[in-house]
Formats: sequence, C-alpha cells, structure tokens
Amino acid sequence: MMLFKLSIKNIRKSFKDYAIYFLTLVLGVAIFYVFNAIDSQEAMLTLTSAEKEIINLMNEFLSGVSVFVAIILGFLIIYASRFLIKRRKKEFGIYFTLGMSKKNVSKILLLETFIIGVISLVVGLILGVIASQFMSIIVAKLFEADMSRFEFVFSKASLIKTVVYYAIIYLIVMIFNVFMVNKYKLIDLLNAFKKGERLKVRNLTLSVIIFLVSICILGYAYYLALNRLDSLDLFGLSILLGILGTFLFFFGISGFILKLVQSNKKIYFKNLNVFILREINSQINTTVFSVSVICLLLFFTITIFSSAWSINLSLKNDLVYGTPADVQIVSYSQDVLDVQKGILDKIDYDVDNFSSYVKANTYGFENVTVGDLIKPIKKEVLKIYPNLLVDNLLPVIKISDYNKIASFYDRDTYTLNDDEFILLADYAQMIEYENKALSEGVTIDINGKKYRNKYDKCMEGLIDMSGNKSNTGVVIIPDSVDTNGYVYVRSYLMANYKGDKDKKEEEFVKYGDEIADNGGFYNTKIDIYTASTGLRAIMIFIGLYLGVIFLISSACILALKELSDSTDNKEKFGMLKKIGVDDKRLNRALFIKEGIFFMIPLFVAIIHSIFGIKCANIIMESMSVTGNMESILSTALLIVLIYGGYFLVTYFMSKRIINEK
Amino acid sequence: MEILKVSNICKYYGNRSNLTKAIDNISFDVNEGEFVGIMGASGSGKTTLLNCISTIDKVTAGHILINGVDVTMLRGEKLNKFRREDLGFIFQDFNLLDTLTGYENIALALTIQKVKPKEIDKKIKEVSKTLNITHVLNKYPYQMSGGEKQRVASARAIITSPKLILADEPTGALDSKSSRMLLEKMEELNKNLKATILMVTHDAFTASYCSKIYFIKDGKIFNELIRGDDSRKEFFDRIIDVVTLLGGDLNDAL
Repeated sequence: MMLFKLSIKNIRKSFKDYAIYFLTLVLGVAIFYVFNAIDSQEAMLTLTSAEKEIINLMNEFLSGVSVFVAIILGFLIIYASRFLIKRRKKEFGIYFTLGMSKKNVSKILLLETFIIGVISLVVGLILGVIASQFMSIIVAKLFEADMSRFEFVFSKASLIKTVVYYAIIYLIVMIFNVFMVNKYKLIDLLNAFKKGERLKVRNLTLSVIIFLVSICILGYAYYLALNRLDSLDLFGLSILLGILGTFLFFFGISGFILKLVQSNKKIYFKNLNVFILREINSQINTTVFSVSVICLLLFFTITIFSSAWSINLSLKNDLVYGTPADVQIVSYSQDVLDVQKGILDKIDYDVDNFSSYVKANTYGFENVTVGDLIKPIKKEVLKIYPNLLVDNLLPVIKISDYNKIASFYDRDTYTLNDDEFILLADYAQMIEYENKALSEGVTIDINGKKYRNKYDKCMEGLIDMSGNKSNTGVVIIPDSVDTNGYVYVRSYLMANYKGDKDKKEEEFVKYGDEIADNGGFYNTKIDIYTASTGLRAIMIFIGLYLGVIFLISSACILALKELSDSTDNKEKFGMLKKIGVDDKRLNRALFIKEGIFFMIPLFVAIIHSIFGIKCANIIMESMSVTGNMESILSTALLIVLIYGGYFLVTYFMSKRIINEK
Repeated sequence: MEILKVSNICKYYGNRSNLTKAIDNISFDVNEGEFVGIMGASGSGKTTLLNCISTIDKVTAGHILINGVDVTMLRGEKLNKFRREDLGFIFQDFNLLDTLTGYENIALALTIQKVKPKEIDKKIKEVSKTLNITHVLNKYPYQMSGGEKQRVASARAIITSPKLILADEPTGALDSKSSRMLLEKMEELNKNLKATILMVTHDAFTASYCSKIYFIKDGKIFNELIRGDDSRKEFFDRIIDVVTLLGGDLNDAL
C-alpha cells in the first residue's frame, strides 16, 4: 500500500515530465481505436453490398497496417519510458540508500507505468470513441452515402483489439523498465544528475567538411531519384544514399552553421546568439541519430500522405471522365458482330430498359500494333522499357462509329480524309511517347493502303469505361477502309438506364453470368464508382493513419528531448537571469532555440519530400495519377496541426520549467 | 565615497506561527575600492544577505542603496539593467555555460549589453591578461581546471566594470593552490583597478585577503574586523581569534 501511495505521488510530482508522454499515449490509443473501428461505421450508412465488401477489404488493409503501427508505438513508448527513468535516476538512488530493495523499486516503477498506462488507455479510448463519430462523417462523404440519421457508433471489436495490443506493448515496456532498474549501480544513480548528457564537442572544420560531403551525397541521391527511375538498383541506391546523406547532414549541420555565423562577429556576438547557437549545436550533436530518424519519418509522412491524397483526387477527377455511360457491354466473341442481336436478344434482356444506347465495333489489324504507332522512336523506348509489349494490336475503329460513341459520350467528334488516321489515348505515360512519335510522323498500313497521322499528337478520349485514364491507344480510320482480313473484332454497346438507375442496375447485374456465357462482359458506372471510391478510401485512411502516427512519434521524441534539456538547463537560464538578462529576452532565446530544433528536421524532410513527391509523381503517372497542389496543402495542414501543436506545448512547458523557482 | 549602503534590512521566512529571521536588522557600508568579507557559519544568513544585495532575493524590510540607488525599489527592466551594468557575480560553482568556450562565456556579459564585437575582443584580451587566462580562452569549461574556471568566471564578472562585485564562496570548490591564486588576483583587481568587492565566505584563509570583515551569526552582525596595516598573516590570526570566540559554530573555518 505504501508503494502504491508513493507511485501516485510520484506521478503527480513528475507530471511535467509525464505530460508529453501521456499526451502521446492518449493520441496513439485514440488513433488506433478510430482506424480499427471504421467497419462499424457502415451500421449508420446505407451502403450497397459492393460498398460493404470494399469496406471489409479496407478493414483488412488497416488491420495489417495496425500491426506495423503497434510496433512503432511500442518503440516510442520504450524510448519515452527509458527517457523518463533516466531523468529519475537520482530519485531511485535515494530509494536504494534508504534501504529499499531493487524488487520494491521495480514494483514502484511497475505500478507507476501501470497506472499511467491504464489512465492513458481509458482517456485514449474515450477520445477515440468521440473521434470515431467524426470519422463517420468523413466515411459518409467519401462514399457519398447519405447520413440522414445520426447514430452513436461503438466498435466492441476495435475496443478489444486496442486493449489487447496495448496490453502487449505495455507488458514489454514494463519488463524493459524493470530490467533497466536492475542494471543500475547505486553510485551512478546518485551521481547521475552531475554527469548529465556527455558534452560532445566536434572539430568544427571536420563538421563543415562532413556537411559539404553530405550535401553532395544528397544531391546525387536526388539526381538518381528523379532521372534514373528506369533501374530498380539505382533507385535503391538513391534511397540508401538519401539515408546516409541525412545522417551525415545532421552530423555536420550544427558545426557548419556555427562556423558560418562565427565568421560574422557582428551576428555571433549579438545579444544571446552565442548562447542559442552553442546550445543548438550541442543539442543536435547529442541527438544526431534520433534527429535523422525523425527527419526520415517526417519525409515518409509527407510523401506518403501527399501521394495518397493525389491518388484520391486524381481518381475522383478521372471518375466522371471515365464513366460517360451507365453501362457498357463488350463482346469478345468473334461470332458476335452486334451485342444487341448476339447477346442481349439471346438472354432476353430488353433494350427498352435503356433510355438510349449506341453500338459500334473495333477491329485488330496485323500491322497496327503499339510498336507500329511509335515506330520512329521504338528503339529508344525499348531501351527504357524493354518489357513494353510492342507487338500488341491496337483497336481500330471507323470514324463514323467513333463519332456515334463520341456524341453519346458527349465528347468532340472528328472528320478524316481518306489517307489519314487519328490516335485516341488518355494514358499519360504512353501519350508522352506516342506524341513524340506522331510529331515525327507515323504511317500505318491496313490491307496494303497507307494512312498517316492527321494530328501531331494524341486526341484525348476513350471507348472502354474505366476508373482511371488507361486508354493506351485507339486508332480512328476513315470509313472507306477495307476491314476485311482483321485479326479480331470486338463489339460494343453503351447505354443509359431508363428510370430508377439503382433498381435497373440491380436487375441488369442478374444477367451477368449469362452475358459471360455468351462471350461478353460488362462495366457499369456504379461498379466503377464503388471500386474507385474503395481504393480512394484505402489510400486516404492508410495515408492518414501512418502520417499521424509518424508525426506524433517524431514530435514526441523531439518534445521529450527539449523538455529534459530545459530541466537540465534551468541552471543556465538562472545564471543568465542573474547577470541581468530579462525574461522577455530569455523566453525569446528559448523560443528560437526550440523552434530551430523542431524546424531543422522538418526543413530537411521538406526538401527531401520535394524530390520524393516528384519521384512519386513520375511513378504514379504510370497509374495515370497527377500530383497536385491540394494534396500538398492538406499535408501541410496536417503537419502544422500536429507537429506545430507539439512544438507549442513543448515551448510553454519549457518556459514554465525554466521560469519556476 | 560609499558604494553600498545597507540600512536596517530584515529578511523573514515562514509565517506568523513559525518565523525564521534569516537577516535580523543588519546595517553596514562599503566604500569605493574596499574589499569586504562577510563571514559566518552555514545557516548564519550570509548568503541570504548577498542574495538581497544582488537583488536576486527581496528584503522584508529596510533599504539597500548601491551608488545612491535604492535597489529594493527597482522593478522589471530597470532591475535587469541595474544587474547587467552595475553588478558583477562570482559563484561558488562557477556557473559557466558548458557549451560555450571561455572566450564566449566572458563575451556573453558584454553581448547582452549590446557592446560592439571589436570592443568585446579588446576588453577580453585585456582582462584575460590580468587574470592569466589567455591560454584557456578557446577551451570549454570541461577542459579547464577549477581555478581556471573560477578566473574565467571572475573575468566575466569584472569585464563590464561593475560598481560592485559580489562573490559567493568563490574558493569553495577550489583546492588550496588555486584558491591562493584566485585570491591574489582578486586582491590585484581590488588594488590596481579599484574594484569594489563584497565576498561571502566561511573560510578564514580566504577572508584574510579582505580589508574589512563582518561576522554574522543568527542573522545579526556579531563583530567587525578591519585589517588596517596588518600583514595577511597577522590579520589571519585575528580572524581565528574571532572565530574561536564565536565558538563551535564556525568549526569548519580552517
């Protein structure tokens, strides 16, 4: 009982040290609960069965990510508690001198960890349950579901999962703590406060050289990331060099800045600048490893989150473009030349269910392949993409057929002379090469007659409906072309439902198997929307989940470091006060010092991210995703809120520490 | 001319039912160019007295005039300005900033007064020659000996040419050789630069370098010794006599 009282008192007493730790635990638990409770949201939303399936898939994804998140949180908690124990060495030393056994001291620590753990678990869960109500709004908005009634959602499964994961993490932490206490020698504990963090002074010239080397390494890594994406080895190398460069950068940066400012005596010997610079220098020098890891975490956060956001927005924009009709039926069967006669009539589906429809065929010709369309630059492209299927046949469509589809799709129609063709495409990466080839002039050969390109670039458009722009090329040819001798034929029927679309869709889907039996398949607008929304939701949630966890982890480590430094530096600030530095200047110095300490890793992470996002955009272009400003702004907002929040809490707490008597 | 005039100051701790009189009605003067010592056992109130004079602590009653200014009335920015410009501090545990070199530690006292870098450099070179610390200017505190640290701290205290230098047990953490060297330097500063020094100590040997000593016991001035034309050895013997008179309270005086 005595031990219990002592533990409670200790927690109250060292609340200052615990506050950031507590805040992080609570946030961690809350986030963990919210993201594992997403499946319970469907209870309050009216979703179709396909949407429910997507949510289940998403949940599986998030469960996988949760394991990873739990490991990160575990490391964070171990780091933080190791840190808090270090701060209290003296206190433990006094317990030992008073004759308390190691077992009892361990018990105190266990109790303390346990109490803090239970409180933060409860508070975190309460916060999580509240936050997950807001999450419903986001989910509803994403799935464009109507949220007519508000219902309190609570996920028992997520609650149990959170408690179990948390218990495991905490068990490991407690074992670790006991292990730490048992390792200590009494003399070290009593003298711990005198030693503090060992001062690391580095040779300034060496720092400057390492800094310059790191800049060169980073520059080369950036170059590789942007220009040599063709080789997986070189891409890997650029990541390795990026990590190495980051470590070296933080090894040298403080010395470099110090040297730089020292060369200008007017700035160096102005006000408290000497003090601020030296403090930052020593702080960074003692935490090169953590600061580098934090910088990389921030970099991943920014890149992952903004890429996820880009994909989300891109998919959203492409969706309207890619689904101009309610339903599309395609026949692969060479016997079917008309979908209506060859399939719909056979399965007894009445075209009166459609308010309007359009039919057309595309053909494949031996001499109209991907390779033929990029003939002028074929060798060059093959060098970069040796696996490009250049022998694939591109679909060919007559201009009158295409114009029928185009007017149905509400897109531009074209005219052609007898010896011309138009290339229709929307897949960004392919367009790049096709445009290059077309600008040099391309001639194709169908049944012995030659056609040249009308436009020197691709026209944007599509025939197959899709959630993202994936049309690598459709060749539009004059009606006069002799279509005999085609390799294959595909027939299309595009239609809009008459009346209640959801009901008509449900009826139509019932015919799905029969359509397949007759050699056809179908795409519907609603299907594509659901799949795309699901993908978007997965992207956003995973981006948000990892982003927030990475952010609070890195901000927490920095905050703990700063707060413990403030406690150590109380004397230094006290001395400055004694020699007549007023509170205003002292607080400003503290603000600058902590601001720089928080800003440097973020700043480097932002520079990394500029290249990282560019690189991600290049990769994503193959998924026809384009980067955009909105994703960068939403990332910035996330960082400012979480990282900035931690910074301010740290500053105000440090201020209180150095100003207390 | 008197630099410091302490008149009837009191400092009480605690409340009505449990009152501790750390300083109980003390008055004395320090003239320009004097090297005054305050001696007393642990808990006699000598450090409280120094804290009150240095404006780190506030008196309960009475007035402290430094160079004609009543420092008990100073508040806010005026108080900070006064500390920056008129006072110099030397502490028992040196209080050097461990991340700064010796040079930078000394410079800090001037940078917060917005002195130009060129002037700072000139002044530091002068004072470090006087205190014999030129060789440690580019070293960090952890690379210096205790004596060197205390001399750097002294340099920081006198570089602003303060009206009054306050030293709190400056030899407390030094070995006897370093103590002697520091005290000789302080004596030099006092004689050659006419620096006014007020030093708190419980050590008779350290006190023997002063020109005048006040003995404090239980928050009151108990005795006063003036060195006059005595040699340091003779003065030391007289101090020991007083300490003996004070009884076992100052048994750590040697």
